[in-house]
Amino acid sequence: MSDTNYDRQNPAFYVLIGILIFMSVGPVALLLINSFKLDVDITSGAGGRLFMPTSRNYETALCDILWYEPEHLRFCQIRFGGAFINSIIIALISTVLTLVFGCMAAYALVRFKFLGRDGLSLSTLAVRMIPPAVLLVPVFGLWNNTFCLDNDYGLGMWIRETFGGRGDVCLAGTHSGIILVYVAMNLPFVIWILQSFIVQVPPSLEEAARVDGAGPFQTFFLVVLPLIKPGLAAASIFTFRIAWNEYLLASALADRDTMTVPILIVNNASEFDGLGTIFATGMLLAIPPILFTLFASRQIITGMTAGAVKG
Amino acid sequence: MAQSQSLNRLTPYMFVAPAALVMILALFYPIGFMIWGSFRDWDPSQNISETEFVGIANYVRLWMDPAFWTSFGVTLLFAFVVVLAEMVIGVGLALLLDRNIRGMSVLRTLFILPMMIAPVVVGLVWRYMFHATYGTFNRFLEAIGLPSVDWLGQNPLLSVIIADVWQWTPFIFILSLAALQSLPRSALEAARIDGATPWQQVIYIKLPLMAPVLFVTLLLRLIDAFKVLEVILVMTGGGPGLSTEILALRIARKAREFRELGEAAAMSNYLLLLLMVLTLGMFAFTRWQEARARRLKFAAEEDG
Repeated sequence: MSDTNYDRQNPAFYVLIGILIFMSVGPVALLLINSFKLDVDITSGAGGRLFMPTSRNYETALCDILWYEPEHLRFCQIRFGGAFINSIIIALISTVLTLVFGCMAAYALVRFKFLGRDGLSLSTLAVRMIPPAVLLVPVFGLWNNTFCLDNDYGLGMWIRETFGGRGDVCLAGTHSGIILVYVAMNLPFVIWILQSFIVQVPPSLEEAARVDGAGPFQTFFLVVLPLIKPGLAAASIFTFRIAWNEYLLASALADRDTMTVPILIVNNASEFDGLGTIFATGMLLAIPPILFTLFASRQIITGMTAGAVKG
Repeated sequence: MAQSQSLNRLTPYMFVAPAALVMILALFYPIGFMIWGSFRDWDPSQNISETEFVGIANYVRLWMDPAFWTSFGVTLLFAFVVVLAEMVIGVGLALLLDRNIRGMSVLRTLFILPMMIAPVVVGLVWRYMFHATYGTFNRFLEAIGLPSVDWLGQNPLLSVIIADVWQWTPFIFILSLAALQSLPRSALEAARIDGATPWQQVIYIKLPLMAPVLFVTLLLRLIDAFKVLEVILVMTGGGPGLSTEILALRIARKAREFRELGEAAAMSNYLLLLLMVLTLGMFAFTRWQEARARRLKFAAEEDG
């Protein structure tokens, strides 16, 4: 990428690249275009090139946070704004927590020899393959029943007496409940990727810091972390992506107030009218990943290759 | 002195503790809980201690259930076809485009796009494109005078596979391109000087040298192919009939629509076992790979 003198190639390759770009961007462009169309234009057979762009779909989707009332709406049915805020809270907090916990664990696994290290690294590798669907049943059961502060004693009673509510305070239906699953789900992957970056940090640097009197945590946060920034960037994008896009576990745990955007989309996708609104919602959900792709593709590719090549 | 000694010994545990705690609480404990729950007759409204122990009844019921086996078959078929197609296309494109062309970095950037977008949204767009009357594909077929195809009705599995190939071929492409570009130039140079044709270079030099990375990529993709759920959920919802109901989807439906957590847990365990075998395979392979690399290096040092 840095060398600018390209070899002269057969024009067929440029055509091929053009086709590939069209194929990968096409569906996304379709989503964008359709989100500006009226339902009639989306379903009409007119080829769909000629249409009046309208912001109506976005107004419908965002009706609960708009400062004015769109005139085509009688009442606000899709509460996208609230779901969007939930998504942001959940994705951001879980990304930060995953990264902090993950890089610390990765560092320990790379640099220290301690009892249980092999077991930990092995189990981290093994749980990488667990699909979210497998976690659905136990998480649903535990978060609703076992991980509750009982209302009869202790903290649960205190919370009920202070804040009111339905008595037993469960993890299900709270932001923290969803965040906890996401952090746990993403940790193995983050630990795995960051290990390959930490290995490359020369131990002599840490040695020098230690000689200068830095404790292990100082060494880690002030010396090692700045050196693995590319790895942290890659890991945070992947973690954010999963937390932002995940549907299944969130749908099992969230209630009306903690619903995230993917749930909103799936719940409304089956209806036949409101196609444009759904496309607008999908587009809004896709914006952060698209921004990441355009501005951090190098980090993403680094992360992907580090993850696979390290094995 | 004694204090700093014990601090030293505790340091790694302090680093590991937060991650380990979270994973034990929300990953290992739930998995254990699920294994325990799979031996019980379990309704979502019940606390698990109130449930009845039924032994392996859930597993046996699944074993006898033809719908489960259909689902199992669909899952395997989907995963293997998808991974095979993606490997062939992805590696092929990488071999073809491994040259210094203007626009490659743009291509790589835009190629990541499908992977990053929410599966839910991907399902939404593809459902629209496959729509029988106003979908993009059928409009195109109509425009060039071909009969339209009932994608999601008649060829649901194929449609779902096409969508997944669209989303994940770039993953393989980018990884194999990276592998190609890190190949030792000297080997390729030598082959070229010895007069190897491009095909011979690919078959005898490039592919064997890429093999370790390709194998890891394949297994990563295979494991991920079993995680696919949202795209299929939105596109077909598992139907028509059971034609696209992969295991993950069936687990979700058993748990949420039919409220049979015990059976869903047993099904999860079957899926988990399957994936465990695959992961162990990958693990064994990387271990073997490392051992071989060490042996080769050792031999090289002996020679030198």
